[in-house]
Amino acid sequence: MNTRVKLAGITFQNPVTTASGTFGSGMEYCEYVDLGRLGAVTTKGVSNIPWSGNPTPRIAETYGGMLNAIGLQNPGVDVFIQRDIPFLRQFNTKIIVNVVGKTTQDYCEVVERLADFDVDLLEINISCPNVKEGGIAFGQDPKCVEAITSELKKRAKQPIIMKLSPNVTDIAEMARAAEAGGADVISLINTLTGMKIDINKRTFLLGNKTGGLSGPAIKPIAVRMVYQVANAVKLPIIGMGGIINAEDALEFIMAGASMVAVGTANFINPTATIQVLEGLEAYMRKCGIEDINELIGCVI
Amino acid sequence: MTLAVKYIVEVTENSKLSEDIYSMWLKAATIAKSASPGQFISLYLKDKSSLLPRPISICEVDPKFGRIRLVYRIAGKGTKEFSLLKAKDTLEVMGPLGNGFALEGKKALLIGGGIGIPPMLELAKQLSCDKQIVLGYRDVTFMEAEFEAYGKVYLSTEDGSKGTKGNVIDAITANHLEADIIFACGPTPMLKGIKAYAVEHGIKAQLSLEERMACGIGACLGCICKSKEIDHHSNVKNKRICKDGPVFYADEVDL
Repeated sequence: MNTRVKLAGITFQNPVTTASGTFGSGMEYCEYVDLGRLGAVTTKGVSNIPWSGNPTPRIAETYGGMLNAIGLQNPGVDVFIQRDIPFLRQFNTKIIVNVVGKTTQDYCEVVERLADFDVDLLEINISCPNVKEGGIAFGQDPKCVEAITSELKKRAKQPIIMKLSPNVTDIAEMARAAEAGGADVISLINTLTGMKIDINKRTFLLGNKTGGLSGPAIKPIAVRMVYQVANAVKLPIIGMGGIINAEDALEFIMAGASMVAVGTANFINPTATIQVLEGLEAYMRKCGIEDINELIGCVI
Repeated sequence: MTLAVKYIVEVTENSKLSEDIYSMWLKAATIAKSASPGQFISLYLKDKSSLLPRPISICEVDPKFGRIRLVYRIAGKGTKEFSLLKAKDTLEVMGPLGNGFALEGKKALLIGGGIGIPPMLELAKQLSCDKQIVLGYRDVTFMEAEFEAYGKVYLSTEDGSKGTKGNVIDAITANHLEADIIFACGPTPMLKGIKAYAVEHGIKAQLSLEERMACGIGACLGCICKSKEIDHHSNVKNKRICKDGPVFYADEVDL
């Protein structure tokens, strides 16, 4: 039985990774999960300088989902290079570094810094809804998507994944723009912008007023968008958005995703990634699937 | 490497202490073996429309019989679900999590406010120095008798129905209490007041903070507090309440 998948010339031992921002750099979760069993660890967003993020509360639960407004708090690329890359390299897994910035220059700096370090792919976050500048601002206009993709592609030594926002009218247009800019892979979806009001305090529940909605509540939207992107471009896709178990992951794979990322589910169950992986293997055994690649995009 | 796991534990007792306040004992031998005062556990809901675990601090540890006790207030859907659990029901938990109180000092003030009172009980049991216990309530009191075995207990109520009328600082002042160490858990405005009091009187203070959490293990950065110095992990002036705390020295954090 083969669970290996190949994206951008890189072979992953299986199609399961983590969704950026839900797993840190794996240091906390390694007490619960053998990181060496994952196809890849996708890190929390890394910026050129340390970012302190948004005011609290940063978390609000909603029906079947949650809102977060962390605001991309991270220690900056220097600490990431010194501490997190050597940590992750201890494990038999690929490293996908999520890159964030406020300006094109910021993104370029991080990509250039990482060029000489041992990481496997860069995921460019042009879709965070929780920062005022950068993030999503780059991901809602196809011209901007194409421009930043080609700027980064010029500088990156590793393949680049463009992470798309669902907060757009036409996701296929954004995917085509990323492809035109030279992206190697597309990942989607980031969170949907949402809001929750505290009716007792009569104010916004989140310090940032709005946050990104994730969890099972958004899964049907994510599956639909993966399907649309798979139809629009030739690039491989990493699918995510509310994956809790293997059945969810299979929906994404069948809709066209070559890999899947587990995010919010890590909070519900720290071993969710492994359970998704084991569930995929069980499904393949049960259905007599020899190679997981047979399932990718099988409904298209 | 042994990996940490979630446990399915059995409820041995779940009873109402006062309006909306419940006391629950869980058979959780592994947690009881290692838990220290001020640590918390994450409790997962059966209602899967609620995704996130509820962090609840440990009120008492009974390593001999492998049990832990939680005292919680019904504040929403999650704690409502816990309140309906009966003996022999099971639930999923993870822990103990976070860093608890450091046992230190010669003459201590243990201060609990509202639902911040329960974790002070195990601390009162384990702390061997001279203890004065100050418990603050809005109106209806609970658990105060359980503290009497460990030190003199002073109460404050906002409506003045029991103890000093006002807050815990009013009770400390009214009773001329002195200490070389303060341990406190309660709402942030109370902790702010205690921090100011501790600074003014030159007393060392350990404060247990709370914030809305997601992962509970330090990965998601949902539950941060502002720190005085740049934190070694975050590389910014933020500490993680779930992982670096929930107990911090007052001078480490900006409330």
